[in-house]
Amino acid sequence: MYPEDYRYTKEHEWVHVEGDTGTIGITDHAQHELGDIVYVDFKYGRETLKPGQHVDQGKTIGSVESVKAVSDIYSPVSGEVVDLNHTLADAPEKLNDDPHGEAWLVKVRLSNTGELANLLSAAEYQTYIGAEK
Amino acid sequence: MSIKKVRSHISPNEALLFERSSPGKKAYQLPALDVPAVDPRTALGEQNVRAGIEGFPEVSEVEVIRHFTRLSTWNYAIDYGMYPLGSCTMKYNPRVNELVARTEGLAWAHPYQPESLSQGVMEIMAHLESALLEITGMDAVTLQPAAGAQGELTGILLIRALLAQRGNPRKKILIPDSAHGTNPATAAIAGYVVENIRSDEHGLLDLAALEKSVTEDVAGLMVTNPNTLGVFESRIIAAAEVLHRKGALLYMDGANMNALVGIARPGDFGVDVMHLNLHKTFSTPHGGGGPGGGPVAVKKELEPFLPVPRLKRAGERWSFDYDRPLSIGKVKAFYGNFGVLVRALAYILAHGGNGLRAATMDAVLNANYIRKKLEPFFDLPYTLPNMHEVVFSDERQARQGVRTGDIAKRLIDYGFHPYTVSFPLIVRGAMMIEPTETESKIEIDLFIDALICIAKEIQTKPETVKTAPHSTRTSRVDEVKAARRPILKWEPLPDPVMP
Amino acid sequence: MLEACGVEKPEDLFTHLPEAVRLKRPLQLPPGISEYEIVDYFRRRGDQNANGYASFLGAGVYGHYRPVLVDTVVARGEFLTSYTPYQAEMAQGTLTTIFEFQTMICQLTGMDVANASMYDGSTGLAEAALMAARLTSKGGLLVARSVHPEYQEVLHTYAKNQGMPITEFEYDAETGAADLDDMERKLNDLTAAVIVQSPNFFGVVEDVKRAAEIAHRRGALLVMGFAEAVSLGILEPPKADIIAGELQSFAISPSYGGPYAGIIATREKFARQMPGRLVGETTDTHGNRAFCLTLATREQHIRREKATSNICTNQALIALMATVFMSVYGKEGLRELAEQNLAKAHYLASRLTPRFSGPFFNEFVVSTGDRSPEEINAALLDRKIIGGLPLGRFYPELSDAMLLCATEMSHREDMDIVGQALQPARSSQPRSPEILNVH
Repeated sequence: MYPEDYRYTKEHEWVHVEGDTGTIGITDHAQHELGDIVYVDFKYGRETLKPGQHVDQGKTIGSVESVKAVSDIYSPVSGEVVDLNHTLADAPEKLNDDPHGEAWLVKVRLSNTGELANLLSAAEYQTYIGAEK
Repeated sequence: MSIKKVRSHISPNEALLFERSSPGKKAYQLPALDVPAVDPRTALGEQNVRAGIEGFPEVSEVEVIRHFTRLSTWNYAIDYGMYPLGSCTMKYNPRVNELVARTEGLAWAHPYQPESLSQGVMEIMAHLESALLEITGMDAVTLQPAAGAQGELTGILLIRALLAQRGNPRKKILIPDSAHGTNPATAAIAGYVVENIRSDEHGLLDLAALEKSVTEDVAGLMVTNPNTLGVFESRIIAAAEVLHRKGALLYMDGANMNALVGIARPGDFGVDVMHLNLHKTFSTPHGGGGPGGGPVAVKKELEPFLPVPRLKRAGERWSFDYDRPLSIGKVKAFYGNFGVLVRALAYILAHGGNGLRAATMDAVLNANYIRKKLEPFFDLPYTLPNMHEVVFSDERQARQGVRTGDIAKRLIDYGFHPYTVSFPLIVRGAMMIEPTETESKIEIDLFIDALICIAKEIQTKPETVKTAPHSTRTSRVDEVKAARRPILKWEPLPDPVMP
Repeated sequence: MLEACGVEKPEDLFTHLPEAVRLKRPLQLPPGISEYEIVDYFRRRGDQNANGYASFLGAGVYGHYRPVLVDTVVARGEFLTSYTPYQAEMAQGTLTTIFEFQTMICQLTGMDVANASMYDGSTGLAEAALMAARLTSKGGLLVARSVHPEYQEVLHTYAKNQGMPITEFEYDAETGAADLDDMERKLNDLTAAVIVQSPNFFGVVEDVKRAAEIAHRRGALLVMGFAEAVSLGILEPPKADIIAGELQSFAISPSYGGPYAGIIATREKFARQMPGRLVGETTDTHGNRAFCLTLATREQHIRREKATSNICTNQALIALMATVFMSVYGKEGLRELAEQNLAKAHYLASRLTPRFSGPFFNEFVVSTGDRSPEEINAALLDRKIIGGLPLGRFYPELSDAMLLCATEMSHREDMDIVGQALQPARSSQPRSPEILNVH
């Protein structure tokens, strides 16, 4: 369920690092808690998130909405945004169907790989959400 | 031609007005013009004149009346039966109120007509002001805010203005976690940072937590009393003292005032500023979501900051005072939702002091009766004595996979409007029930029986509940689809392409 | 019931209230009265007002005929006594009418989306300004002085605590239209929105298109307000970014200033920053068309302190009045109604000399010469006519001017009387029946 080579946050984001690029998404647990996701918004502060924007670890990079809830997305890593998954605008349901794959949110060129040490492993994350329940 | 599935309703298939429309049909008449016609292009300039309004309906008079009458039958209403929405105070809307609001000299009063020809409307406003002051125990009231949420904004702006005059408007507004969503939204719009404070194990204001949170940065506390659990905040006087010692103010959301009228007055328990919902406590119709009325009552020290204008007595006459240098300004054009004020005053006049108190007692009795009868079947997470509403949890039913929202939808099949679902947030799977004084024992017993039946159904055939409602013209509505691909207006189908 | 609750009398249900908070005396309000007495009380109050007067007041509140069907529909208990349509399955009536309302407002304004209504035009304009600030991430507001002065006051109240400075720009003393050169001078990169009203407070049609072009050059949005909705039956809807307006003209009683209904309409790409309720189309489990409230995550009950607005109610019943009005008049009727208003106002103006040269719809400003507007109005009152609004209260430089409005309900003979009363040469004998009785 939770890929071993991803790192996770307690706010239910994941990051998958390949080379110097990290792909960010929300976890299966997060999509399950939210229910049917209807909208994804990319924002950094008050500005629309765009490629080239530097984001800091732990800062909000957007939000996902279900019919009756909104949840902020916090960047698990710092770095420069290189790509956004715009296909989610027309198909937010992908976040329910494939949160760890097709429904990635943002790709970031990492500026500090040391930060990955702050994040949880798959096993630690699963223990964490088990305890949260 | 395809015949759609017939549903159990007298008029299930009314089209949208646009789909009924065809060129040349009309439902209006205008008198013959008694002055020369004017060419719009000459008078207004070619570029300013529009072609026809694309897509606007063209229907006959009988089509208009049938259309809206048929649509109306798709609604539930207080006039059909009990409407137990918690915190909404869905009481009977007396029809005499509708009649008097249409009195010619009132309905056709123009806000800029001379004061000499407005004495009647001003007298009504003054009369309502004095009644509301007696009911709340406050010192002054403005009738200007258009609804509860605007009343809140007015109230918080008043606090801000007073504190600013004292030298520092401060930064934070404290709000209990049981509060209605408008409270934090209002504080944010008034330029404050919101700090949530946790309720104690009984769902009440935690005095120790409050004491800790009230610093020199805190402008005030917004509290609903009785709170959203229907429980009176018994430590309200002490809470007011904590705030006042630090120079902060106490704001009361009057959404639940139907539990207090004639029994206790906010002005007597430390409240500095509050709003009333005329469409709740004072019976003005909800109308499917407005209009409302949100008067704000204050203590003396906040009076100079109230919105302009203020009614004042000048000799034998009423007049408006605009010379109020400390006022927060206007929150709405003109003087308030006057038509709503008329209805609220009619309600107060009909009841009188004793009648208002009797209504409160009936409302509280009804809620307590429901609580006693349903306690064996549903979880009651907070058990302090309640007033006009009671909040159960779906905890027991959730074990069968049935949630509060499902139970609510199933109530529809039993002929009732659902209670308030999933609010307050501090109760997991909340079922918030407010019967108001309107309901008789007969109606309430039917409602109780319905919920008991549903509780039993959940044991035996939970699927029936989870897929409810089954008896309505429209079955469960797909809100996810609506949000994923929003269709927010009607558009004509594209013309079929001829082969 | 008392027994089931384990108490002897209703008072016992309140014994848990602290002694100090309880009211220990009856409310000092008179005993309740009967239905007849209530009707009588309000009839008497109504009779103290301006019954039986012809009126030439406009200024944001217009005397238009209210078709009988409007009250027939809104008096139905199913509309009158229902709550906000959160439970879609038992509120399809309200939801469908709101969807029709949103559609008609889009057709009327030429916009892509419209919300389910705001409190009124003044608060709608303020909410539109806050919306523009969210969209541009800027805070400055540049507001035409020709916007309704009370709308401007409300705007100040809302903007003051949001760190949104307001700058005014002038109107052209010749045309009465917003001075777009002055606007351009005052526009800067911090401006979130330029706010104009058309027709403006003086009745003059603004050049919204040019205003928008200028605003866009500096990254500001153009917010257009309107107070006289009937004008849209004839006026080209301007290509503003956000339109905020007042629908009182659509069969909503003047009712001494409220309740009315406001609207906000905008382009599709801005929909998610729009405040207020929205109804959307969807299906039920059987695949039938159905409607529900949607995009609710913008709203206070979900987003709390991060919501787009604290607004909770809309003005559903009042919006329904407007919907029935638009249905009754329809495509042809609204145009004909607008043309009648134009003709009446231009007839009245032909008896007088309008102060401004800009094109006007159904109201205009006239100078009162060496007499004050109040003096002229006092004379008219004797003829059971309420004259125009004296403008000095809002515009000190126009203290010798009044704003006159004529609608389809204005009679030619009353307009002739007003025309006569305002003739400078006859000013010494404005009450003379020989002069005033032209018919």
